[in-house]
Amino acid sequence: MQDFSKFPLEIKGKNRPMVSFKKVRKAYGELVVLDNLDLDVAAGEMVSIIGPSGSGKTTVLRMLMTLEKINDGVIYVDGQPLTHMPKDDKLVWANQRYLRTRRADIGMCFQHFNLFPHMTALENCMEGPVQVLRISKQDARARSEELLEMVGMIDKKDEHPSRLSGGQQQRVAIARALAMRPKVMLFDEVTSALDPEVIGEVTHVIRKLVAAHNLTMLMVTHQMGFARDISDRVCFFYGGQIEEQGPPAELFGNPKKTRTQQFLSAVREAI
Amino acid sequence: MEWKWEFTWEILPRLVVATGNTLVAAGAGYAIAIVLGLVLALAQRAPSRVLTFIVREFVEFIRSTPLILQIFFVFYVAPQFGIRLSPWVSGMIAIGLHYSAYLSEVYRGGIESVAKGQWEAATALNMTALQKYRRIIIPQSIPPALAGMGNYLVGIFKDTPMLSVIGVAELIHTANAIGAEHYRFLEPYTLVGIIFLAISLPAAGFIRLFEIYVRRKIRL
Repeated sequence: MQDFSKFPLEIKGKNRPMVSFKKVRKAYGELVVLDNLDLDVAAGEMVSIIGPSGSGKTTVLRMLMTLEKINDGVIYVDGQPLTHMPKDDKLVWANQRYLRTRRADIGMCFQHFNLFPHMTALENCMEGPVQVLRISKQDARARSEELLEMVGMIDKKDEHPSRLSGGQQQRVAIARALAMRPKVMLFDEVTSALDPEVIGEVTHVIRKLVAAHNLTMLMVTHQMGFARDISDRVCFFYGGQIEEQGPPAELFGNPKKTRTQQFLSAVREAI
Repeated sequence: MEWKWEFTWEILPRLVVATGNTLVAAGAGYAIAIVLGLVLALAQRAPSRVLTFIVREFVEFIRSTPLILQIFFVFYVAPQFGIRLSPWVSGMIAIGLHYSAYLSEVYRGGIESVAKGQWEAATALNMTALQKYRRIIIPQSIPPALAGMGNYLVGIFKDTPMLSVIGVAELIHTANAIGAEHYRFLEPYTLVGIIFLAISLPAAGFIRLFEIYVRRKIRL
């Protein structure tokens, strides 16, 4: 039985972080993916995560979406524990029922979109609100159409995913996630599977989101230019830890650590 | 021995009635199998290890023993435990149970063919396990399962003669009776063969068309 007594039952205060990783550890058997990770993300902050493959960046998002269980530590969202629940004034591992109550705060977009192929673009967006949030079909439709309009996909609302390009599918996927009204949005390499000429339409949508909404966002990306443009903060992951982090101008302009420098120069080489 | 047309016409009405019985038996058995098969497939994915193990072994047991033995068990052995069922009901249960084991494997294949990302997207929308299966996974696992489901529909139809051993008046049972009454077997058995062929062949074609229709309908 692990002891979580050193972690608070909740994080209070007006300036509490929207997302907080406390001493989080994730391992697959012997292989340690993330070790002792501490990361706070403020409400409304846009944090980009960069780093070489295998550095654990995607795992950070997947843990937050509860797609991966963590092995130690606690993750808090909006002050409440996500991976754990309070029981007799102590934190214990969260059960499925508790997870369902907390997961509603988080939305996620995937590298391979993962739209439901048997539903139209509109039905994809309405599915969560109608089935999970139990709002009326009319309201769900209005909300979904508004979001499809925002991502520029309203003309294709009645198309199935198989008839849409990758960029279009990803924009629908963003609308689908937003339709759940999450407090935190996660973007996991959302442009990595796209043809170069359609990357812009997806980044354009994310830029719009950053400008117009006060969403808290975490984004794993390989597009350094994009990360530099829109992030409030960039975290460079290396070997399961945050090697260096800071405002984009600083991290990209004047990286302090050797590994960051090496990574950034290698990435620039590739372009 | 020569073919007698007069006799053929005389026995045809009885065989037509028996064809109806055969179709009802196959249909009812299949209805049981299709529902129970899904239950077995889902139970094998349940979080409980014990349940998964029991269901897994049950499916293996059914698949590894002959249908005729299962029919005998339901019809002759069950009454000794106080469960007395008519030949029809016993037959439907036995054949439905037998095919549910096979169909559960077909469903399992269909469910496993759904991409992992679909589960993750459903989790990201905060769906319950039931919602995931009902709304996302099962609708996508049916089209790849249709071919196998169709094969077993034809299979169950061709296995209905097994029910003749417990006295269900399907085609073979009726043909046997006719033969025994008239000491002529050529015409009744030939007709039974033609009837099976006339139903199985187009059925396979219809199943194929239905599969195409469903795939189009949900654009997979």
